[in-house]
Amino acid sequence: MPISRPQTATPSTNDLLQMYRALWRIRVFEGQVQRLAAAGEVPGFPHLSTGQEAVAVGVCAHLSPRDILFTSHRGHGHVLAKGADVEATFAEILGRDTGVCRGRGGSMHLVDAAHGVLGATGVVGGNLPLAAGAAWAAQARGEPHISVAFFGDGATGAGVFHETVNLAVLWKLPVLFVCENNGYAEFTSREEHSNVKHVSAFARPYDLTAQTIDGNDVLAVHAAAADAIAQLRRGAGPYLLECMTYRMAGHFVGDAQHYRSKEELAAMREKDPLERLKRHLLEHDVAPSQLEAIGEQAKQEVQQAVERARAARHPDPATVREYVYSSPSLAALAEAP
Amino acid sequence: MSQTFIEILRRALDEELARDASVHLLGEDVAAGGAFGVTRGLAQKHGAQRVRNTPISEAAITGMATGAAVCGLRPVLEIMFIDFATLSLDCLVNQSAKYRYMSGGQLSVPMVVRTQAGAAGGAAAQHSQSLEAWFVHVPGLVVVAPSSPVEAYGLLKSAIRLGDPVLFIEHKRLYTMREDLPDEAELPPIGKARIAREGEDVTLIAYSAMVLTALEAADELARGGISAEVLDLRTLLPLDMQTIAASVTKTHRAVIAHEAVQNGGVGAEIAARIGSDLFDELDAPVMRVACPFVPIPFAPELERALLPGREKIVRAVRELLGEQGH
Repeated sequence: MPISRPQTATPSTNDLLQMYRALWRIRVFEGQVQRLAAAGEVPGFPHLSTGQEAVAVGVCAHLSPRDILFTSHRGHGHVLAKGADVEATFAEILGRDTGVCRGRGGSMHLVDAAHGVLGATGVVGGNLPLAAGAAWAAQARGEPHISVAFFGDGATGAGVFHETVNLAVLWKLPVLFVCENNGYAEFTSREEHSNVKHVSAFARPYDLTAQTIDGNDVLAVHAAAADAIAQLRRGAGPYLLECMTYRMAGHFVGDAQHYRSKEELAAMREKDPLERLKRHLLEHDVAPSQLEAIGEQAKQEVQQAVERARAARHPDPATVREYVYSSPSLAALAEAP
Repeated sequence: MSQTFIEILRRALDEELARDASVHLLGEDVAAGGAFGVTRGLAQKHGAQRVRNTPISEAAITGMATGAAVCGLRPVLEIMFIDFATLSLDCLVNQSAKYRYMSGGQLSVPMVVRTQAGAAGGAAAQHSQSLEAWFVHVPGLVVVAPSSPVEAYGLLKSAIRLGDPVLFIEHKRLYTMREDLPDEAELPPIGKARIAREGEDVTLIAYSAMVLTALEAADELARGGISAEVLDLRTLLPLDMQTIAASVTKTHRAVIAHEAVQNGGVGAEIAARIGSDLFDELDAPVMRVACPFVPIPFAPELERALLPGREKIVRAVRELLGEQGH
């Protein structure tokens, strides 16, 4: 797969500091999810993106609130990077009435329409055609925004991935496919479930523009996403960005991870996107104290939001039948016993 | 001049495309007119961007229609046979139906999935099924099954304007049926059943093509002095229990007829609801007329042998009244 050089100017130090802050927010946020899940405060089984945050941050840095994002069951990072409110997102993960979806969606189904987060699907691959459909709607109405789908390499095992890519290219849809290739589909390594090493290899027969990049290097993600999104905004059709990354957390909170070695985990910690950006910034004369302050601020901000979310009201069981249908007459019919 | 079911559907789509710029058609062959000619000429009239052909990718096109609907388009997706909707199920069941609920009311899915069902003419086991009961089991979906061209005209327009995901099931046996479209037809609301024929002694509850069969049965029963009321459910989800209850309260007897297999069918739900809500009104057990628990066969004589017809309904009613000493 040819690697094209980014055309865009390198981000300013200020941009990088913002990304550093965004990485920290996700890391701390998911740390809190993990802590509270272990304490039994989080219903269900949340999936963490710890270690993969650079993909979310590097891509979303280029998106406006009107641009549309679809994510998967592992979507906390994408949602936060897109600008969703930290407290309302955490409240949703806790199943509170103040959550973005009023406690109806939870960790795997985060939707924040005001910030362009239009869907998160718990069935792997299901978000891909939704994102293409949103891109089609934008194209049909002559709207300038784009649609982005985040998914894991496991999704390429689903037929709907191939169906969607084919249609997106055929219709020249402004949709960016961002694959987080973390090497695992649930507990099974990529080698065990496909002979195709790189997801970007699937692009060629469909004539889809694609790149494979280091997804743990936020600078690389930022640059490649700039290129890809520029193509989309020109109306030149879809783009596939395969970001090689690593899931530092288990498949879900509580996953014992017997399928990978401690040595493998330790090696990947060396490639932690946060540490790498930190090293880069220190090499570029940013003071360590400034970076510490950013980390500390992110921690404080998230912790305060988490405490507010924990204190928020629970949904009223009497409202459990709301939101099934938009038409009031149908809602009434459906509410019959 | 009378028009066929297909022509009247085309007219409804044509008018909705003209009325609302957010209405878009998509599906396999739709720009070329569709497998049954329902969309013939619409791409030429409304543009290739409004009436779009798709590959044979039911999972993706159902997902795309849903994603576009979330963003404000009103897609009308054609799934050529309901048997192929098996490939759309992840999206319909896990996404389209639950979008509004899972998002806490932030988003909804104003989408219509037009599909075609039922047995006729040796289409065999994978092009003849009546699978509506699967969809009726999913909160958030709406399931509509019209019984005539005029009904289909109004119900399709209402479905397109509704704002929730609708599975619109057309019966292939009705496609050649002709009717006159009244000049000023009021659009029937979704979720409201219709009394297709008034009667006193028994309520025949049906939908889709089986309404015609029930009306034929009612004619025959009338010749024997039995007055049957025929209800056309029109919408299977949500179910209009009010209209059913009013009729059964009057006739005290009910027979539910559908082409789908009896086991776990729509009739089972209606029978259970009548049994629990209207037990004191009943003079006889609720009866069901449906397909035996067998796939649809190919050979015409086998297909005919399986499908529940007028005779089966008449027999059920006679049996039911016989128990009452008629």
